[in-house]
Amino acid sequence: MIPELGHLALIIALCMALSLALLPLWGSWRNHYHAMSMAPSLALGMCVFTALSFTALALAFVGDDFSVALVANHSNRLLPGAFKFSAVWGNHEGSLLLWVLVLSLWTSAVALFSTQLPLPVLARVLSVMGFISVGFLLFSLFTSNPFLRTLPAIPTEGNDLNPLLQDIGLVIHPPVLYMGYVGFSVAFAFAIAALLGGRLDASWARWSRPWTNTAWAFLSLGIMLGSWWAYYELGWGGWWFWDPVENASFMPWLAGTALVHSLAVTEKRGLFKSWTLLLAILTFSLSLLGTFLVRSGVLTSVHAFASDPSRGVFILLFLALVVGGSLTLYALRAPALQSRIRFAVLSRESLLLFNNLVFLVATLTVLFGTLFPLLMDALGQGKYSVGPPYFNIVFLPLMAVAMPMMGLGPISRWKQDSAQRWRRELLLPMAAALVVGALFPSLYQGSFNPAATLAVVLSSWLLLSMLKDCFVRTRSARGFIAGVRRQPLGYYGMMCAHLGFAVCVLGVVLTSQYAVEKDLKMSPGEQFELAGYRFQFDELAAVEGPNYLAEEGRFSVHREGLPPFKLSPQKRRYLASGQIMTEAAIDAGVFRDIFIALGEPIGEHAWAVRLHYKPFVRWIWGGAILIAFGGFLSVTDRRYRRAVRSGASASVLVEHGPA
Amino acid sequence: MHPVRKQRLWAVVFIVVFSSLAAGLVGYGLRGNINLFFPPAEVAAGLAPAGQPIRVGGMVVVGSVERSTDSLQVRFAVTDYQATVKVEYEGILPDLFAEGEGVVAAGALDERGVLRASEVLAKHDENYMPPEVADALLKANTAGVTP
Repeated sequence: MIPELGHLALIIALCMALSLALLPLWGSWRNHYHAMSMAPSLALGMCVFTALSFTALALAFVGDDFSVALVANHSNRLLPGAFKFSAVWGNHEGSLLLWVLVLSLWTSAVALFSTQLPLPVLARVLSVMGFISVGFLLFSLFTSNPFLRTLPAIPTEGNDLNPLLQDIGLVIHPPVLYMGYVGFSVAFAFAIAALLGGRLDASWARWSRPWTNTAWAFLSLGIMLGSWWAYYELGWGGWWFWDPVENASFMPWLAGTALVHSLAVTEKRGLFKSWTLLLAILTFSLSLLGTFLVRSGVLTSVHAFASDPSRGVFILLFLALVVGGSLTLYALRAPALQSRIRFAVLSRESLLLFNNLVFLVATLTVLFGTLFPLLMDALGQGKYSVGPPYFNIVFLPLMAVAMPMMGLGPISRWKQDSAQRWRRELLLPMAAALVVGALFPSLYQGSFNPAATLAVVLSSWLLLSMLKDCFVRTRSARGFIAGVRRQPLGYYGMMCAHLGFAVCVLGVVLTSQYAVEKDLKMSPGEQFELAGYRFQFDELAAVEGPNYLAEEGRFSVHREGLPPFKLSPQKRRYLASGQIMTEAAIDAGVFRDIFIALGEPIGEHAWAVRLHYKPFVRWIWGGAILIAFGGFLSVTDRRYRRAVRSGASASVLVEHGPA
Repeated sequence: MHPVRKQRLWAVVFIVVFSSLAAGLVGYGLRGNINLFFPPAEVAAGLAPAGQPIRVGGMVVVGSVERSTDSLQVRFAVTDYQATVKVEYEGILPDLFAEGEGVVAAGALDERGVLRASEVLAKHDENYMPPEVADALLKANTAGVTP
């Protein structure tokens, strides 16, 4: 009964989404007050019914209702409770329902927190989001109904969730990632609403900026969680594979990064208006493209569930409609947006433009590498795959070019700045960064390493120039504390995100340069020395988990002058599916991880064992967390709350202010 | 020149230089880092180049997996039920690697026609089959060969 109610709730949500897509939009066109003011209620209603539907599915999973096909295929009585719940999105249909739920949550968040927006703008924004919801609700109901029954032959036991997905990482990674992925729909909706309304002043940038930053921060966090999950759960110690599905989430992040920066210019200076609109459209289109790539099964990937061509066609059509429609609208409306505001070559505007160029080119090269196999296949040229070296060759130089400019960014002035001033303020940080970079590799490993040197130079340049900027900003105040307090929170958000980027770059480069890895055969009693650590294979034991049996290798790891510690990697066999899975054992540390994974048994007692020494690997995720935190922090800036409260007058100020 | 035009000129020059650099990188990056998929039948017919990175996929022949007892060397054969290709690999195989299951091996063919794999990918859950393998098997099937 409950699954049918869930299905019904989803249909009601679709009806509400349809009304939301049509009525307020019509109202804003005809200036019909009542039609427009229905938008928030419809958005909330859609959210409530989607949530009911999701709850119904979750109940079916938690209550082991194997008469629902989805539950029978992806859950099991022995599955621990938390994983029964997360199994809801451990499959195609359920993850799509989660997508819709997150979308409706964002829609109702806009409805709740933007009550001070001019009514026609709010109506248009919510209508656009309603339209997107219609697309995904139709997709869910017609091609991927999660509530299908297995009547009359109800299985007594389920097939179990893929063991790879039975993990805390999967409990949190998809919802957080979707918050980011789907959150860009808000930026998109604001952009479309602005184009529809024809009111393309800088106020829409101020309205959409906190939403965009929030979505971007969620996406950063979601990607970081995915990378962390891959590191310990896929078993082999990699943290980024340039897998098409990773790219699918990374492309919106790259475009979103460009968007976050160009929104800053549009908000503060009223420049790049049409460019920002285009970026907002591009970012959300890449989110949709990502959904298509992941959900259509056209790619070989850990994320691809069993595929069904009709689904791919549906998303592709929807994508074409959204991209085509919004670009047409853009083409019709955007040329009217000539800005007459000038800026010098040496100015913050130029630096942010450079940032946009770098991130856009990075997005396009990753997009090209991701779509190249599909393109060649469609042209009948054979089945190619593009390996990680391509992405590294293309992507890393771009980031290396971006970082020197990133150091200049915070300290630079709007409109016009001078090389002289930059030299005066930044000569010291630059010299210090060069010294630190030149010294670090020799002090750390005793030999010169160009990649590590470059990374340390660039990261310390970023850090030191920000410190200098902080100093410059606070020195005019009465005291240091007063100066610190005078800076807006948005400034600290930016600092935090840039710091996170530096930390992340250090983590990525130092890990890939200094990691030591060894696959070897080991029997109990044997030992092996790696990177100054002595790995001793003590014994092999059989262990019983809630829904699996495991062979456990017990290792102790010794290092001179430090207490030894124990690590116990497992090789698990899951009872329901018989699937084998590697559970790596990791000793995490700020400066290094020690990682052991069991391969397969060789001969009588011996096992293939993988040993890893990974310095600075935690910095990758630590940096990403800082980036996300910076994004969230910038949203709490007081000026957004003020701007919303007096939306119309603020927009007028912005319009005339910087000219 | 008018300052606005000058500024625009600079922007255009910069964008052109920057994008051509990026395009150059893309071209350089693609060279040698893309590899083509071959079903075993095409490898047997000599269509696959030796010494270049390729991928071969199909089912692991039952009874073909030989593990060395003192190293991580593994040998196995991959088939699309029309032809088989021998694969040599040193390292740890993925968890879902098994005889009679789908697999994709990436590496280069040596002069004996054996694929020296640097990477072996198995499917990642019970019901999933890498699209290339499914396709290769389908082709073999329509050619009138049944397993």
